[in-house]
Amino acid sequence: MSETANEVERLSCDVLIIGAGGAGLRAAVEARLAGKRVIVISKSLFGKAHTVMAEGGAAAAMGNVNSRDNWQVHFRDTLRGGKFLNNYRMAELHAKEAPERVWELETYGALFDRTPEGKISQRNFGGHEYPRLAHVGDRTGLELIRTLQQKLVSLQQDDAAETGEFEERLRVIDETTITELFTSDGAVRGAFGYRRNTGRFLAIAAPAIVLATGGIGRSFKVTSNSWEYTGDGHALALRAGASLINMEFIQFHPTGMVWPPSVRGILVTESVRGDGGILKNSEGKRFMFDYVPEVFKGQYADSPEEADGWYTDPDHNRRPPELLPRDEVARAINSEVKSGRGSEHGGVYLDIASRRDAEYIIKKLPSMHHQFKELADVDITSEPMEVGPTCHYVMGGVEVDADTAASSVAGLFAAGEVSGGMHGSNRLGGNSLSDLLVFGKRAGEHAAAHAERSGPAELGEDEIASAAATALRPFEGEGENPYELQAALQAVNGRLVGIIRRASELEEALVELEALRPRVANVAATGGRAYNPGWHLALDLRNMMLCSMATAKAALERDESRGGHTREDAPGMDPQWRKTILVSTLEDGEVRLRRQTAAPMPDEILALFETSELAKYMTPEEYQSADRAEAPEAGQEDAE
Amino acid sequence: MSTRTFRVWRGDDEGGELADFDVEVNEGEVVLDVIHRIQAEQAPDLAVRWNCKAGKCGSCSAEVNGMPRLMCMTRMNLFDEGETVTVTPLRTFPVIRDLVTDVSFNYEKARQMPAFAPPEGVAPGEYRMQQVDVERSQEFRKCIECFLCQNTCHVVRDHEENKPPFSGPRLFIRAAELAMHPLDARTDRRETAQDEQGLGYCNITKCCTEVCPEHIHITDNGIIPMKERVAGDRYDPLVWLGRKIFRKDKKSEQA
Ligand SMILES: Cc1cc2nc3c(=O)[nH]c(=O)nc-3n(C[C@H](O)[C@H](O)[C@H](O)COP(=O)(O)OP(=O)(O)OC[C@H]3O[C@@H](n4cnc5c(N)ncnc54)[C@H](O)[C@@H]3O)c2cc1C
Ligand code: SF4
Ligand code: SF4
Ligand code: FES
Repeated sequence: MSETANEVERLSCDVLIIGAGGAGLRAAVEARLAGKRVIVISKSLFGKAHTVMAEGGAAAAMGNVNSRDNWQVHFRDTLRGGKFLNNYRMAELHAKEAPERVWELETYGALFDRTPEGKISQRNFGGHEYPRLAHVGDRTGLELIRTLQQKLVSLQQDDAAETGEFEERLRVIDETTITELFTSDGAVRGAFGYRRNTGRFLAIAAPAIVLATGGIGRSFKVTSNSWEYTGDGHALALRAGASLINMEFIQFHPTGMVWPPSVRGILVTESVRGDGGILKNSEGKRFMFDYVPEVFKGQYADSPEEADGWYTDPDHNRRPPELLPRDEVARAINSEVKSGRGSEHGGVYLDIASRRDAEYIIKKLPSMHHQFKELADVDITSEPMEVGPTCHYVMGGVEVDADTAASSVAGLFAAGEVSGGMHGSNRLGGNSLSDLLVFGKRAGEHAAAHAERSGPAELGEDEIASAAATALRPFEGEGENPYELQAALQAVNGRLVGIIRRASELEEALVELEALRPRVANVAATGGRAYNPGWHLALDLRNMMLCSMATAKAALERDESRGGHTREDAPGMDPQWRKTILVSTLEDGEVRLRRQTAAPMPDEILALFETSELAKYMTPEEYQSADRAEAPEAGQEDAE
Repeated sequence: MSTRTFRVWRGDDEGGELADFDVEVNEGEVVLDVIHRIQAEQAPDLAVRWNCKAGKCGSCSAEVNGMPRLMCMTRMNLFDEGETVTVTPLRTFPVIRDLVTDVSFNYEKARQMPAFAPPEGVAPGEYRMQQVDVERSQEFRKCIECFLCQNTCHVVRDHEENKPPFSGPRLFIRAAELAMHPLDARTDRRETAQDEQGLGYCNITKCCTEVCPEHIHITDNGIIPMKERVAGDRYDPLVWLGRKIFRKDKKSEQA
C-alpha cells in the first residue's frame, strides 16, 4: 500500500450524522438550523438511501379523510400493532408530532396526493383505524427523500449566499462507510471510515453523533432490504458501549414477490390491500377470515360482505382482515402454505384485478403495476400476484431516551430504523416514515444542543491507526470469500431464526453462528482498495454477525410469541413478558443479554384504553391501578 | 438454467478493457443478477452500484449492449439465445471503477438550481392544492435520478465542453416541476432555465425521453412547454405580467 493511500483525511464538525435516509436528513436539517456545522455520511449516493424505496406512505393523524382521526387513535393503533411492548412515550410523541412533520415537508416542496378539498390525501393501511397515510401513489419514500435532499441543498444555497461556500455548514459525504466510533470516558468523540470510491480513510472529530443507519435485513436471504442493511449502526452502537433493545423482533412483511426466484423478497406494498386487494389460497378461498386473533375480533370483519362494505362505509362496517397488522398476516400466509394450500411457487395469491378496474389500479399502484410487468410478466390489472413473507424491518435497535433520542453513551444519538422501542414488537406500515421525521428532528435538535454544551472533540493518532489496521485486515486474510460467508450467514438466519422459531432451532442457530465467527474474522478480500465491493462486504460482515447474535440470543430467551417474534414452542402472549424488555450489550466481544422492566404506563396513557382491552395484554396490577380515573368508552374522544 | 457469455468493462479512469465471463443464467433473471453472480463467484472486486433491485433508486445505470439502462430492470429474456451481453459504464461520466462512474456533475447542477420558494404567509398545514394541479409536477417528481437521460443527451455525450453551461434534461424537468408547482413563489423559473441552465442547447431530439425508465415525458411535458413559455413570455410583456397576476390570484384564493 502506498503512503498516500494510508494517509487519513482529517475532518471535524459539531454534529456528525451517519446515514442519509429520512432520519439522517431530517436530523441534518434540524442541526444545521440550530446553527451547527454538520456532516452527513452515507454508504450510497445522496438520495438513494433505503428510504427511497418506501412505497405506501407516512402515517400521521391529520384527519384529512376521516375527521375522527386524532393522535390518540393513532397512538392506540400503534400500541395495538406493537402488542403494547412499545416505549409508550415514543409512540405518544410520534402520534402527536407526525402531522406537523408531514406538513413541514410541504413547505420544503413536497407534493403529496390531494383530497378533493385540496388537502393531503390519506390512505388506509394495516392496523390503522382510519385512512392515515400521506402518500404519493406508491412512491412515497422517493418523495420524502427527494424533498429532504432538496431541502439540504437549499440550506447549502443559503450558506453559499452568505459565505460564498456551499459546504460551509452542511456537508454531505456520500459513498463513504463508517467502520468505527471513537469514545472515551463514556462519550463519543468522532468516527472513522473509508471512501468507497478510492478506499481512502477518513477520521471525523465530532462531539455529537447521530446514528441513522437503518436496519439489518441483509442478514436474511429473502428480504426487501438492500446491501446497505448490514446493521452497521446497531453494531457501532454496541461497540461504543450503548445498548440495543428488542432485537428478537423482526418484521416479516407478508407480501414479498415469490417468483421468479431472482426477485424473491422484493416488496409488494401493503397499499395493494389498503386499496382493495384480497388474499386467496390455491382453493380460491379468501382465508384471512380464519385468522383474526381474539384481541382483534372487535375491529375486524368476519364476513366478506362486511369487509367489502368497509371501503365505502367504514363507520358501519369492520375492517377487512387483510388489513390486520403485518405479523398476523405473515403468519397466516405461512400457515396456508405449510398446509398445502399455497400457490404454484410457494406463496399465496394477492388479487386486486378482480376487485378494482384497471384504470384505478394503474393510478393508485403505478410502480407495482410496472414492477410485476417488468420483472414477473404479470399484469396485475388482470391477474393475481403471487406473494409470500419477506424480511422487511427490524423493530429492535439502539435504546434511546424518547424525548432526546440520546443513547446511554454521551453524545451518541439514534433515530429511524436503527433505534428501538417506538414500534414495540411489531411496526405498523407507514409508521416508519413518520418515525424518521419525528425522531430525526428530535435527534438533530438534541445533538446540536449536546455539541453546544460539550465543545469540539479531538482524536488521537493511535486510535486512528488502529481503526485503519482493522479496516485493512481482510486484505491479509487467508480465509473465505465474503459472498460465501454472507450466504452462509443468511442461510442460518433464514432456516433457524425466521418467521416461526423454536428453542431447539435457536440453540442450533447460536452454535452455527459461533462456528461462523472465526470464519468471518478471517474473511479475505482480493483486489485493490478503490471501489471494491468484496472488501466492503468483508467489513460489513462482522456487523451482520453481531446483530444476528443479538437476535438469536434474545429470540431464545423470550419464550412467548408476540408481534415479530413467534415461538412455535411457546405460543401466545404472556403478560409478564409484556413488561420485560431484553437488552443486548457487548462485553469483551460477547453479546450479553439482560432483562429490564419496561417503564409502567402512566394513568393518562392507560386511560386511553378500555380496561377490557388492557386486560388482554397486562397483569391485573398494571391496569387496575387503584386511583386511576375510569376509562372512557372507546371512541369517546374520537368524536371530538 | 443456461450459460452465457458476459463481456463486462473493467478498469478505472486510466483505462481498462472488456473482460469475458461465462456465467450461469436462470429463469426470470435480470442483468444485475448475473453481474452479482459474476461478483460472487468470479470477480469479488467487480465494482457496481445498486440498492433496490426494483427500479426505484436509480443506482444501477449502465450501458447494456450499448443501450443506457437500469441493470435491475433489464430482463435476460430480452436477448437472443446465445447472444453475448456487453455491459459498460455510462459513457458521459468519468469512470471510477468498472461499472461505477462519477456522477457528481448531476449533483453540482442540482446545487445551482434555485430551490422551492415557499409561498409567504401560508402556514404549514394550510397548503391547499388540487390534484389536477399537482399532477403535472408529480410526473417530474417520479424521477429516480438514474441520470440515464443525462448520459444520453447528445449535448454532453462526447461533448465535455458543453458540460459547464448545460444542466441537462434531469434539471430541465426539475425547473419545469417548480414552474408548474401551484404554490412555488418564484416566477422566473423559465428564464433561469434559459439563461443559466442552458435550455437553449436542447434541440428536442427526445433521446432523453426514450431512455427514461420512469417514462417521464421529459420533452413533451417538460422541455417543450418551458421553451414555449420562455419564447412566449419574452416576446409579449403582457403575457408575462398576466402570468404573475394569475399566480398571485390563485395563491390568495387557495391560501
Ligand atoms: C421496499 C420497502 C418499502 C417500505 N415502505 C414503507 C412505507 O410505505 N411506509 C413506511 O413508513 N415505511 C416503509 N418502509 C420502511 C422504511 O422505508 C424504512 O424503515 C426507513 O426508510 C428507514 O429510514 P432510515 O432513515 O432509518 O434509514 P435509511 O433510509 O435506510 O438510511 C440509512 C442510511 O444510513 C447509511 N449508512 C448505513 N450504514 C452506514 C455506515 N456504516 N456508514 C455510513 N453510512 C451508513 C446508508 O447509506 C443510508 O444513507 C419500507 C421499506 C422497504 C424496504
Ligand atoms: S431533447 Fe434536448 S435534453 Fe433531451 S436528449 Fe435531446 S437535446 Fe438533450
Ligand atoms: S428523468 Fe428519467 S432518465 Fe432522467 S434521471 Fe430522472 S428517471 Fe432517470
Ligand atoms: S438497483 Fe435501484 S434502480 Fe436498479
